[in-house]
Amino acid sequence: MLELRKDIFADERDDNLKEIGKGTQRQDMLGHVTGTSTYFDDHKLQGMLHMKVLRSQHAHARLRRIDTAEAERSQGVRRIIRGADVPRNLNTLLSLINFGKDDEPSLAVDKVRYKGEPIVAIVADSPREAHEAMAKVRVDYEPLPAVFDVEDALKPGAPVVNEVYPKNTFIYHDVYDHQKLRFGDADRALAGADHVLEQRYQMSPIEHAPTETNGSIAAPDTNGRYVVYTSTQALFFSLDTSAKILDVPSNTFHFVGGTVGGGFGGKVDTLTEPLCILGAMLTGRPVRYVLGREEEMQFGSPRGAERIYLKDGVMRDGRIIARKVRAYFDSGAYTRLSSYAVVKCVAHLPGPYTIPNVHGDVYCVFTNRTPATAMRGFGVTAMDFAIECQMDKLAHLVGMDPMEFRILNAYRDGDMKAHRREAKNCALIECVQVAAEKSKWTLREEFRRMSSRKDGGGGRAAIPATPGETRPRPTAPAQQRTAYDRSLAAPLNEPPREPPPPPPSPPQPAAPSHGATRFSSVFGTRRR
Amino acid sequence: MTRHRGRGIASVNYPIGMNLGGDPSQALVHSNPSGKFTVALSSIDLGQGMKSVTRQICAETLGVPVEDVYVDTADSDTGPHCMGSFASRGTHRVGNAVMAAAREARGVMMEAAAEELEVNAADLETDGRGNIHVKGAPHRSISTKDVAIAAQFKQGKTISGRGIFLVPLSDVNPETGEMSPATCYAHACLVAEVEVDDETGEVAMIRMDSAYELGRALNPRLVEQQLVGGAWMGVSHALYETPEPYYPDPKHGPRDFVEYLMPGPGDICPHDIAVLERPAPDGPFGAKGPGEMCANPVLPAIANAVFNAVGVRIDDLPITPEKVLRAIKAQGGARPQARR
Amino acid sequence: MSKIPLQFRHNGREVAIFVDGGTNLLVALRELIGDMTPKFGCGQGGCGACSVLIDGALHLSCLTLAETVAGRSVETLDGIKQGPQLHPLQRAFMENFAAQCGYCTPGMLMAAKALLDRNPQPSRAEVVEAISGNICRCTGYEPIINAVLAAASGGRASA
Repeated sequence: MLELRKDIFADERDDNLKEIGKGTQRQDMLGHVTGTSTYFDDHKLQGMLHMKVLRSQHAHARLRRIDTAEAERSQGVRRIIRGADVPRNLNTLLSLINFGKDDEPSLAVDKVRYKGEPIVAIVADSPREAHEAMAKVRVDYEPLPAVFDVEDALKPGAPVVNEVYPKNTFIYHDVYDHQKLRFGDADRALAGADHVLEQRYQMSPIEHAPTETNGSIAAPDTNGRYVVYTSTQALFFSLDTSAKILDVPSNTFHFVGGTVGGGFGGKVDTLTEPLCILGAMLTGRPVRYVLGREEEMQFGSPRGAERIYLKDGVMRDGRIIARKVRAYFDSGAYTRLSSYAVVKCVAHLPGPYTIPNVHGDVYCVFTNRTPATAMRGFGVTAMDFAIECQMDKLAHLVGMDPMEFRILNAYRDGDMKAHRREAKNCALIECVQVAAEKSKWTLREEFRRMSSRKDGGGGRAAIPATPGETRPRPTAPAQQRTAYDRSLAAPLNEPPREPPPPPPSPPQPAAPSHGATRFSSVFGTRRR
Repeated sequence: MTRHRGRGIASVNYPIGMNLGGDPSQALVHSNPSGKFTVALSSIDLGQGMKSVTRQICAETLGVPVEDVYVDTADSDTGPHCMGSFASRGTHRVGNAVMAAAREARGVMMEAAAEELEVNAADLETDGRGNIHVKGAPHRSISTKDVAIAAQFKQGKTISGRGIFLVPLSDVNPETGEMSPATCYAHACLVAEVEVDDETGEVAMIRMDSAYELGRALNPRLVEQQLVGGAWMGVSHALYETPEPYYPDPKHGPRDFVEYLMPGPGDICPHDIAVLERPAPDGPFGAKGPGEMCANPVLPAIANAVFNAVGVRIDDLPITPEKVLRAIKAQGGARPQARR
Repeated sequence: MSKIPLQFRHNGREVAIFVDGGTNLLVALRELIGDMTPKFGCGQGGCGACSVLIDGALHLSCLTLAETVAGRSVETLDGIKQGPQLHPLQRAFMENFAAQCGYCTPGMLMAAKALLDRNPQPSRAEVVEAISGNICRCTGYEPIINAVLAAASGGRASA
């Protein structure tokens, strides 16, 4: 049951719109209830072949020999694809925006780094014949020690998962093995806190489990182009990634999608398109590559597990004065999107609260498991779990009602956030108040009267003195430039640059606006 | 055996869009000669309602009925670039791009109408039902269909528009983490009530009450879909799901829906939701994005409710009966906390 | 591999095809008959996206050997409209916003139809049980349960 609380923040809105705000039927609903919505796998092409992928049985092993001779003679087999057949058999998804180094092959060549890593792709007349041929491929593995725990992976002498990142961590700004957040002096504040609470939290990996598994169908089209029907959540991401791996201009491909059977983040990684298109290129026939459910569940990238340590200092009156965070994101064997999850997480600290001293160290760690990726709440879900469990414990510790404790510490308009931007447009306090009302949870009058629009800013708008901050600030390195063009990508192994002279001091945040910003229905223009 | 009830809360915020390489999306809008509009996107509808919400945004901006707009996703030959459907960016980023495109198309449509009615375009308004008329003089009116015909066959105008919305990249300071990670934030608070069986360790959901602040509910039914379904996923994450039950030991991974657990239709509970709207200054009609954050408060709210019910803290997800039972045993029995 | 001739009724129409031994009904319907309404979700009988009615009873087409439906009647979502009129369940699913990505919807509708065909006035518990073999990852099930109950009471109102 959903209730619109139009009474709250009413002075910031015009509610005289014609189409916006109406519960109009979904454009796609008739298609859904008649079964005529067209998903990628609903395209039936003449002479279509089927691709299956042989996956590693070991979490970490050297590949001594791959013998496909018998499989090639197997009935119905049209083509066996190996790593050497992939034009650019090393990629990282975010290379499209110049973030990170190419670290993942489409088909493993000399080593496998997780159980389920693709080694050989087989194109055959039917799925069954592809399966039968798969059983005839002989792979000679030399098992290597594997590492599965994020903190073990950082210990000296841990097995190197991915040679591109020999310390088992993603490298930020070309030099750092983690992303930092420094705001105020957390250590000093902790020393002066009435209570200090340090806790460990562990998020599980999660499978996206969309009812439609990942897949694509690629077919030769006229004039040397290929049409690709795909389950992707990011059409151009997948198109450009495929163009890079297959080393052809992006306009070689006509990608069609847009109607997808659930994604939740699990269909961003372009898991099937490059090999599927390569199959079509090598056979001249339409090729279909769809993950089975077991493949989707075990080898389709999951939400990565995160291990989080929180250390908070709280005063007897309920004010949190310091939060120190150490977190390890389990990226699995390759980077995919976990490197960015870390950045998003750091920006999220310390949660929706105004805490004057925040210290964060967040690591993207490589282990010998299925590479992780984005999932609904990416970079934030696990941290929210940790922070909100911690908030409950802190409230308990100081003997406060957990709702009032949150209202007391909630961020408000005009406060300075730990990533050094002014908080605006806040509404946490109002959400807590309404949730209390709905659940008949009693709040004291003073907490019912508090507001996101009152009592913020002022002393809370300051960036506190932060130890070590007098050093020159390096400007952001090349990997952070905006350039949706891989030709601009920095070459691998570029030597680290000297830090340039300090830039002018950062722009000060704009002064808190006074009075409500009013939002007009006419084309979204604002007026005071 | 005793079943203990407990309540727990959590409150969260969530960034809309991402900060990585810049965050652009484009849209194209054009009319056919009958005054019916097509929105061309490369954005994806994976169930969240991209096609539907951008359709309403386009119709509102053009000033035409929603039936006169159709959204086409996603074709790389016709749909202009979009980063993709993730990071709660669809409604906000793509919505803004569609708004910009529709605004440009509306400009041409109004010019064409002005020429037909022999008035100044600034004196015209749309009625939202497919007509354009002189302000204060509804009888001096022309249908959008007639405008489209005139534009195409008489005036030689294309009623079309291009839109892009770009949030430029914000550098991340390596030493301090200073950055502009997002332009606006959605908010939520959720109260979960659970019942914990101290003999089996099982946790049953009793009810949820929540408040979500989303800028503006562009379509309350779509918002309800996201919030109800998202909270279900939160329950699922909290109590059931894991592809590695003994993480970090990778063994015993589930291979199918018999082994990978999720709450079925018999495991759900009533969920009473309030939606608050504090418009984001840069959102389309103030909208943020409900898609991701709806699941987030549920996980800790349930963990906190379990503590309230039996006095044990489960800090490793998922909160399985095995973990609850071991924790209850370790503390020598259930210790219900003060009822809330 | 020799082909097996197979005849059955598909949504009221006689069809005759040749299948390979071991072909499942889902593949036969989608690839040989061109009825794309049953969906592949797992191929393991775990999700219900491929649900169809065989002689009126609910079956998982991915676990049904095609040759076992010889001479029988197979009904899919493609056949539940009455002419151009939507089935009451389809209307109820629309009105209750009981689909998001839509991928589980065909199987869900068939499971619901199997229920209402044998029990036109089910309780909520009976609806829950009837759709328990069908996985939906988007909706949280509540709108689906409400839609099935609405279709049942709507049928009662108009009957």
